Amino acid sequence: MRDSGPHESARGHVTGAALYTDDLLGRFPRLLHAWPVCAPHAHAALLRLDTDAALATPGVCTVLTGADVPGEGNTGANRHDEPMFPLEAMHHQQAVAWVLGETLEAAQRGAALVRAEYEELPPILTIEAAIAADSYLSGPHRMVRGDVSALERSALKFEGELRIGGQEHFYLETQCAIAWLDETGGVSVQCSTQHPAEAQEIAARVLNLPRSQVTVECLRMGGAFGGKEVQSNPWVAVAALGAWKTGRPVRVRLTRKLDMALTGKRHPYLIRYATGFAEDGRMEGLRATLYSDGGWSLDLSEPILWRSMFHCDNAYLLPNVELTGYVCRTHKTSQTAFRGFGGPQGMLAIEEILDQAARRLGMRPEAIRERNFYREGNSTHYGQPVKDASRIQRIWDELKASSSFEARREEIARWNADSPYRKRGIAMTPVKFGVSFTATFFNQAGALVLIFRDGSVQVNHGGTEMGQGLNTKVRRIAAETLGVPLEAIRLMPTNTGKVPNTAPTAASAGTDLNGAAVANACSELRERLREVAAALLDCAAVEVQFEQGRVSAPGKEPLPFGRVCEEAYRRRVSLSAEGYYRTPEIHYDPKTGRGRPFYYFAYGAAVSEVELESFTGDCRVRRVDLLEDVGDSLAEVIDRGQLEGGFVQGLGWLTIEELLWDSHGRLATAGASTYKLPSWSELPEVFKVSFLPRATEPGVIFGSKAVGEPPLMLAISAREAIREAIAAFGSGGPVHLDSPATPERIFFAIRAQQEQGGPA
Amino acid sequence: MVAVQFLLNGRPVSAPPVPLQTTLLDYLRGEGLTGAKDGCAEGECGACTVLLVAPHDSSSAYRAVNSCLMFLPMLAGHEIHTVEDLARDNKLCEVQQAMAAAGGSQCGYCTPGFVMNLFAEQYRPDRAGLCDPHQMGGNLCRCTGYRPIRDAALSLGPAPADAFQARLSRPSPRLLALRSAGFSRPESVEECVQILVEDPAAKLVAGGTDVGVESNQRGSRWAHLVSLEAIEELREFSENDDRVLIGAGLPFTDILRRWWNAPAAVAEWLLTFASPTVRNRATLGGNLGNASPIGDSAPLLLALDASLHLAGPAGRRTILLHEFFTGYRKTALNPAELITAIEIPKPIPALWRFFKVSKRRMDDISTVAASMALSFDEQRRITRARFAFGGVADRSLRVLSAEEIVIGQPWTKPTVEAAQSAIAGELKPMSDHRGSAAYRLAVAQSLVEKFWHEG
Ligand SMILES: Cc1cc2nc3c(=O)[nH]c(=O)nc-3n(C[C@H](O)[C@H](O)[C@H](O)COP(=O)(O)OP(=O)(O)OC[C@H]3O[C@@H](n4cnc5c(N)ncnc54)[C@H](O)[C@@H]3O)c2cc1C
Ligand code: FES
Ligand code: FES
Repeated sequence: MRDSGPHESARGHVTGAALYTDDLLGRFPRLLHAWPVCAPHAHAALLRLDTDAALATPGVCTVLTGADVPGEGNTGANRHDEPMFPLEAMHHQQAVAWVLGETLEAAQRGAALVRAEYEELPPILTIEAAIAADSYLSGPHRMVRGDVSALERSALKFEGELRIGGQEHFYLETQCAIAWLDETGGVSVQCSTQHPAEAQEIAARVLNLPRSQVTVECLRMGGAFGGKEVQSNPWVAVAALGAWKTGRPVRVRLTRKLDMALTGKRHPYLIRYATGFAEDGRMEGLRATLYSDGGWSLDLSEPILWRSMFHCDNAYLLPNVELTGYVCRTHKTSQTAFRGFGGPQGMLAIEEILDQAARRLGMRPEAIRERNFYREGNSTHYGQPVKDASRIQRIWDELKASSSFEARREEIARWNADSPYRKRGIAMTPVKFGVSFTATFFNQAGALVLIFRDGSVQVNHGGTEMGQGLNTKVRRIAAETLGVPLEAIRLMPTNTGKVPNTAPTAASAGTDLNGAAVANACSELRERLREVAAALLDCAAVEVQFEQGRVSAPGKEPLPFGRVCEEAYRRRVSLSAEGYYRTPEIHYDPKTGRGRPFYYFAYGAAVSEVELESFTGDCRVRRVDLLEDVGDSLAEVIDRGQLEGGFVQGLGWLTIEELLWDSHGRLATAGASTYKLPSWSELPEVFKVSFLPRATEPGVIFGSKAVGEPPLMLAISAREAIREAIAAFGSGGPVHLDSPATPERIFFAIRAQQEQGGPA
Repeated sequence: MVAVQFLLNGRPVSAPPVPLQTTLLDYLRGEGLTGAKDGCAEGECGACTVLLVAPHDSSSAYRAVNSCLMFLPMLAGHEIHTVEDLARDNKLCEVQQAMAAAGGSQCGYCTPGFVMNLFAEQYRPDRAGLCDPHQMGGNLCRCTGYRPIRDAALSLGPAPADAFQARLSRPSPRLLALRSAGFSRPESVEECVQILVEDPAAKLVAGGTDVGVESNQRGSRWAHLVSLEAIEELREFSENDDRVLIGAGLPFTDILRRWWNAPAAVAEWLLTFASPTVRNRATLGGNLGNASPIGDSAPLLLALDASLHLAGPAGRRTILLHEFFTGYRKTALNPAELITAIEIPKPIPALWRFFKVSKRRMDDISTVAASMALSFDEQRRITRARFAFGGVADRSLRVLSAEEIVIGQPWTKPTVEAAQSAIAGELKPMSDHRGSAAYRLAVAQSLVEKFWHEG
């Protein structure tokens, strides 16, 4: 197979010519800018809203309030629980009204002059407080297998608690939407969203229009990571309402600080567990309760929680397990999808538990992991057979060898013995990640492929490009299926007017779904052209070959692809086709907690080595080795990029990215100067990435596998390496380490180890 | 409203009158040059990076700068290039080719900023060897994890002999004096003082890396900005047997370049200070002038007994830095007075280090910053000690009791412990999002041990 080349938009990226929503601003004469009136409390009743002074401000065009909404003033995706103009502010800085101004500055001045009176109400700001107040958005959810009371009879029993911090998406492009009334009176929207069809639905709902009257387009996104799956909806709604009310184009663009203050994040979790292990390290029972901090509204918190519960096994057989999950309601932003979609928190819990058990049993952490791996024939605690389970061991063995794990571990032990203030640690963790939307109906996709008479091609599909390389892969799929060069294919912006009723681009399934739909449309077209070509070439249809823009048959002079297209037109053969795909064989029943929610599993493993310093808690990642099963890679540059980028993002989540809210519910880390993403200093000094060979995935487009989310969880190896290094400062006993492992947490964990006892 | 003329991508432009604090970024985007992006509007992400032609000895260099932190009037007379200018005749420049081929872009939003910084690095006049990927330390990428960008940087050779290269042999544009209602750019210290006397509300701006953040993030508005950029005296650097003298308006990048033979602590301080892009504009005068309790320069200079040269209506004077900070964001500057230079006396103590503790290892604000210096007699007994800290109080300070307690002692573990307990007794840090009070206090002490251990 040929390669896909670099990113489909690489040239546009490096020249600055690639456009994002806000780059379109200059194309809209008489555009208005929107700015929110923000509640100054985490929880308060809105008593009065007086817009007179704002309206009298020069440059202020109007103020949008609930009275302006012709339809349903609610942007909540499923439960309709997100009032657009709330009478009760549910998190700090929640928007209660929007000012439209001739300039952004005018809108901001106007917003400052809107007088809002509030009555403060007591906020719930932590998971513990929510539990105490019985404040849940959803739950209990349960998943049970076997008899968990088995753990009472285990040789090793212990209980524990783990706190896992959230994560800000920090897509470099903040949320943005521009809406206007089009030439025929419909509403058009350009926005940065992973789910144009839902943006369309919400705009239509707010304006009380049939969806056919609303068109939403997304050119591309400057990153999304789940943060533009449903969280892009409110801004679309405001822009659409503004355009509807004023008849002028309206732009809503969140500044970085506003984006961080208003939009949801990865869910923080509190996990409480009791577990039992046999002396040889086999897990015998696990009882765990997962509390996620959902923030003020439901959003996608339920399927996210399920995915945490599905992934509490990671790559391990849990024979007896009882999982309970709750989504806590707190007065914070509504937490949402983020790469991994709950999977990371579930996996972190089991990796934590295995490490805690290993140190109590005096086993090597990697040995206890291996002991508990799924084997062929096993099924998960929700009843799905673990397809290709033996790959877990295969990946493990190959990575262990290629990373020289054993030798380096011994070398590190020697180095540590001579180094009182600096210690190194190495650790290895696996990932098994289920691919498919757990909401089964989302597992469908559509495409529309147009061939023009000169043989050039436009490809439309329902997926959105956010940097993950979907269009690069789709372009290759279309080019190879039609037998034309990559350059003959033009990927069109995602538009609800071309491909309707689409799923969000999420769950790592963008290529699986949309790629298959595009391939479906392209094969259909190729077969139509085959008949035409056979007539032109004077051969049997089965003999016709399509390759690199040439249509040929044995012993015949090849024809240019365009020549065949022109002929098809003259013979009145349609040159456009729709494609469709739905994932087969999947089902899941949330009530029983059983089913086959995933079409397949993506496997991988990672080895990380870190060095810590006891003076400050400083942490350096010295080397990382990743091995991932991506099936037959559709695009090596893209897949490697997903692996590395996902790993570093996971590393950020687990180490330096710390979301902190103060006692008033204000996000204390709102902004790039206080919330720190990985930068150059976090890039592992040595970073080796490889793909599992001979891993064709039957039944998936071109034998490939999803690659977007799984690598994020490979970063758990770095957290476990940190723990290993912390343990080296003391006797090697259990290490308590909440997440993220900031320098401060590492510093105090080292102190705790040193107080436990001298080096082993 | 001020009208501004400058060279943009080789063409003279005359920007229409805009509000004083319009950023260069907003201006460019409004002109349809949307390659520069707004990712934070506070100098942290680098998505807005453009190139400025800056002085490099008698010729020029391309300096990557954050267009979100420059007010348009500051551009007057400057020469800048945006990403749109790099691919000429429809041909990608080498940096662009390398970035595209290496998979250096995913979503692409950060990419123009990286390209600008890497371009400046490829064309850096004093570069010997490979391009240094850390020059892109002020650019955040959320997608790639940086490895492909590192590879793109390392794949580049010398800058090609093209028009961009040819430009560098000529001097950078000379900035002329400007006087208008909202914006002044004096050419001498005296003229500057005169302006400050006439308009007590006028606001000094040097690199603008603090002032720009205050404007964008806290909405501060000023009626009159006074730029120090055209005052040659403030950009001087000199060293003799008695002292090092650093002009208050010299960007950090130039301090590092000019003070090439400095002790290691200077690199420890400068290479962890903000990012290379911010350092291309930020000045020492600005870092002290803002009297931030978490500024990195103050502890460093306190450990050296540095003093400040000031100029004001009453003439020139010198003040010890130790006496300069009078409270939270308060200084001993009189009305209409400015810092002209920073003087570091010689000899510099035998043992001198700078430590910065932050959540992220690079380009982060200090949770705790410390600088410690010791001088010894022939018997290796301590004759003079300085333990200076930032991030532990409302201002940067020296812990005098610790300094006294170690005098006459050998630099041994018991001496370290004595200093540590003095520090524990004296510092009362606060808790915030960067770190808890307990952490700050514990780290301030353990840094003394680190200083002892590492020397
Ligand atoms: C992304 C980013 C990262 C940063 N990281 C760090 C860091 O790691 N460590 C750190 O210490 N700081 C950091 N800073 C803060 C800032 O860069 C420094 O304080 C810088 O030195 C300010 O210099 P400037 O020339 O840009 O000052 P300006 O913004 O021009 O001025 C700052 C203040 O000083 C006054 N001032 C300027 N010059 C003089 C003078 N000659 N006499 C009297 N007053 C004067 C101004 O009126 C203003 O109040 C960072 C800033 C950013 C944006
Ligand atoms: S916009 Fe982020 S540094 Fe300027
Ligand atoms: S490519 Fe998306 S932020 Fe860098």
